[in-house]
Amino acid sequence: MKHFDVIVIGGGHAGADAAHAAARMGARTALLTMSQSTIGVMSCNPAIGGLGKGHLVREIDALDGAMGRVADAAGIQFRLLNRRKGPAVQGPRAQADRKIYRKSMLSEIESQPLIEILEGEATDFVMDGPRVAGVVTAEGVTLSAGAVILTTGTFLRGIIHIGDVQKPGGRMGDNPSRKLAERIDDFGLNLGRLKTGTPPRLDGRTINWDGLEMQPADDVPTLFSFLSKQAGSRQISCGITHTNERTHEIIRANLERSAMYGGHIEGVGPRYCPSIEDKVVRFAEKTSHQIFLEPEGLDDPTIYPNGISTSLPVSVQEDYVRSIAGLENVKIMQPGYAIEYDYVDPRALRQTLELKCVPGLYLAGQINGTTGYEEAAAQGLVAGLNAALAVREQDPFIFSRTNSYIGVMIDDLTSRGVTEPYRMFTSRAEFRLSLRADNADQRLTGLGIDLGCVSEERKIFHEQKMEKLAVCRSLLEAKTFTPKEAGTVGIVINTDGQRRTGFQLLSFPDVSFSHVRALDSSLDSVEADIAEQVTKDALYANYIKRQENDVALLRKDEGERIPAWFEYREIDGLSNELKSKLLAAKPETLSQASRIDGMTPAALTLLLALIRKGQSKKSA
Amino acid sequence: MDTIFAQASALGRAGVSVVRISGPLAHDVATKMAGALPVHRGSALRMVKDREGGFIDQALVLRFDGPSSFTGEDVVELHLHGSIAIMRRVLAELGDFDGCRLAEPGEFTRRALENGRLDLVQVEGLADLIEAETEAQRKQALRVLSGALGSKIEGWRSGLIRAAALLEATIDFADEDVPVDVSEEVRDLLSEIGIALEYEITGTKAAERIRTGFEVAIVGAPNVGKSTLLNRLAGREAAITSSIAGTTRDVIEVRMDLGGLPVTLLDTAGIRESSDAIEVLGVELAYRRAANADLRLFLLDEGESPPMEPLPDDLMLISKADLSGDGFPAVSGKSGAGIDQLLKEVEVRLSALASGAGLATHERHRIAMEVANRSLIAVQALLDEGPDRYDIAAAELRLGIHALEVLVGRIDAENLLDEIFASFCLGK
Repeated sequence: MKHFDVIVIGGGHAGADAAHAAARMGARTALLTMSQSTIGVMSCNPAIGGLGKGHLVREIDALDGAMGRVADAAGIQFRLLNRRKGPAVQGPRAQADRKIYRKSMLSEIESQPLIEILEGEATDFVMDGPRVAGVVTAEGVTLSAGAVILTTGTFLRGIIHIGDVQKPGGRMGDNPSRKLAERIDDFGLNLGRLKTGTPPRLDGRTINWDGLEMQPADDVPTLFSFLSKQAGSRQISCGITHTNERTHEIIRANLERSAMYGGHIEGVGPRYCPSIEDKVVRFAEKTSHQIFLEPEGLDDPTIYPNGISTSLPVSVQEDYVRSIAGLENVKIMQPGYAIEYDYVDPRALRQTLELKCVPGLYLAGQINGTTGYEEAAAQGLVAGLNAALAVREQDPFIFSRTNSYIGVMIDDLTSRGVTEPYRMFTSRAEFRLSLRADNADQRLTGLGIDLGCVSEERKIFHEQKMEKLAVCRSLLEAKTFTPKEAGTVGIVINTDGQRRTGFQLLSFPDVSFSHVRALDSSLDSVEADIAEQVTKDALYANYIKRQENDVALLRKDEGERIPAWFEYREIDGLSNELKSKLLAAKPETLSQASRIDGMTPAALTLLLALIRKGQSKKSA
Repeated sequence: MDTIFAQASALGRAGVSVVRISGPLAHDVATKMAGALPVHRGSALRMVKDREGGFIDQALVLRFDGPSSFTGEDVVELHLHGSIAIMRRVLAELGDFDGCRLAEPGEFTRRALENGRLDLVQVEGLADLIEAETEAQRKQALRVLSGALGSKIEGWRSGLIRAAALLEATIDFADEDVPVDVSEEVRDLLSEIGIALEYEITGTKAAERIRTGFEVAIVGAPNVGKSTLLNRLAGREAAITSSIAGTTRDVIEVRMDLGGLPVTLLDTAGIRESSDAIEVLGVELAYRRAANADLRLFLLDEGESPPMEPLPDDLMLISKADLSGDGFPAVSGKSGAGIDQLLKEVEVRLSALASGAGLATHERHRIAMEVANRSLIAVQALLDEGPDRYDIAAAELRLGIHALEVLVGRIDAENLLDEIFASFCLGK
């Protein structure tokens, strides 16, 4: 029997970064996928990043994960979103060439000598008591492993709907993993049902681009990886068109033929990505909706019309699409469809993404009720790092709400569960001003170096950058200036007589690095990218300082782990309601317990006291 | 780490009341209020003053240096004269210091525990604390939500969610069909809430109220005998009584001492439909004062239902016991029947209010509203600086909302997203 430290089932975005992370940690890793050609496939919108999502990619990259580098190689239209707003809420985004993305991801995987790619379907787990200790494939081959990471996306009881036609399937052209679903049923996990949709894919050669508004890429691309120097591909523009009243009429007339409105779908769909049917019904007063026409590749005629996902029958799709400006004669290459699938209630997971009740089995990606490549890859990273640590019997690596969007997401999922496909938004991060895309490396790469998941190349690069930042910071702190002195270089502040350091001056929104450089020639030696970074750090310094207290309190609660042996039933003084909520949630930390509805500060103190008491008993 | 404070002695009126202050600023804050501190574990008699230098009380000041203290932090105890008015002023004064806030229930214990200063046997006592806290919270929630303040708070909550959601929509959905400039609507919402907050803050801060203590309103239909009852309770002719309905058009106040608690009795205009313009004003005033009072005594004719929604603690009395000869809750201002028992019932309820929960709650709410109001003002200034400051404005608004959580409940990302998805058609 062949043995691996970690087996990853599925080669999508969660699977790829899970395998990559486990291998970086030194684990002998198998990546088990139905076909090598599906590794890194983008089954929905061919874009990476965006608001909140771009932050996740930067964080994955800060820990040397694959997604950022691959997206830099495949990006054909880089745009920094929210460019006119503060850096804390700017998110890098790129339209990607599907083919290049897939090829680059495969070469990232192949560049890790500890990963072995196996083609096959996982049909069962090898059990060792309650533990998962390996995988059985459809061919009957048994593989043993210290840990298994399941990243099967929408494959669990996936059903594809086009109008009133349904067929089982994960994404178009793939077989759903029914047998594995039955096996997972045996674990007695809570399952829920979600749905998501895609638009029809159009043939760009049949689109009349004349007269359509075009959106170009940024002149200077904002890349994902801290190590990338330039975009790997030629940059292109996307087109913009709009639905009109005629489009809406066609959709309204055929509503009952849509799978969604015909009552064929029970799963809950994402509110931030409604189908065109939903938009027309829910926002009936709007006479037009925007559509982005996004090329799927440099040498691929396929166009992804972002904004009109649908589950109407094919003939209706053709009718309404052709009612849209520029699309009068368009050919549909692949009809839009809705897909329904099962997900596992993520409250069953530890913060490592290991199932609480099935040791050795980790879940990552869409199977946990999330949506998006970036959310999936980030979970893959968490599961991959922790599976490797668990196999080596080392302490888990837990992401915190205070250090990363990844921590925010994992905490949201494991302590609150999901009610619709979970997508990252910057508003989910309470410490948004300090968790910026631009400082993901400052927040995480050091931790990654200690953990051992970061390459030598990145380690050297990072340590040099941190050194340069520190030097620049100390130069800025070394001298102080009066408002009058500052005024001589055009800095307008209150003439309160107070002396300020260069760093303090930089925290004013209208003060740039060139201003303070004019005050202090010792700053002439600071490189442009370092100056830019320090300016961003300074801009938020005052606000971040005000949050320090909250950060410290949250960290403390996150650090108070509630041991597995903890008995909620025996606590005097807690209401039965609270007891049963605690029993159901089995929070892993005091911080997770605090987010349970109805929890009070005094009740938390009681929990803490009993944890301490138990610890002293155990050690006695 | 915040510095926290709270009344640490038994609650209600007593010979001595103790305020405990714990945390990094404890010594600093105490010095500002009471002058030079004694040595570690020493005590000294000091004048406690407010920020303007006004005298509040003479107190015995005890100083402890961390880690040799109850919580393991720097601690100061102020032993003050036991008076609710003094306590309110001292707590209000402490709350005005930056980095200093009223302790949550059990928070001293929590810090002691974290700093390894708590005997684990003492932990058992926490269970009792939680039970007491739960009961106090239940009562408090009922009081806040069922009064006139309740609907106001509901309005603040939805306004804050709307304002935050508008800001977040422009940030998180920048690439979609959402308005680019939301500053006007956000500013309108915030200034409206700000005005309401300021109104409430002035109300809770009124020195009058601190001096006079609790308000007890007598509520009932015209000519049911409210003024006679007031006169009986006050022991003098404070309100003009006559048998003509609608005699009391103003609100009459009588101050008295009940079981050691300062109480203001309010005699209100009889609540009824009236065509007399002056009397209508009187009735409106009666409603408002009665709703804001700490306790209401409903004086009703046999079988009559109360003219306004009573709160759980309010007393239902039946009038004119001198004619019916029934026992309590039938009472008579004329004969004095049932009055002793009535006084006892009022005293029990006010003591419960005085016992920390009510007092702290009041103070907690006032501080929350002040912190929130400062944030809302800052948000409006940031909005003026344009969209590149929206991220900071949103953070500031979050602080304001966080401060108001004791009043409006928790507002988190999900609430904002609900509002965003209900308002805008998203999904490009």
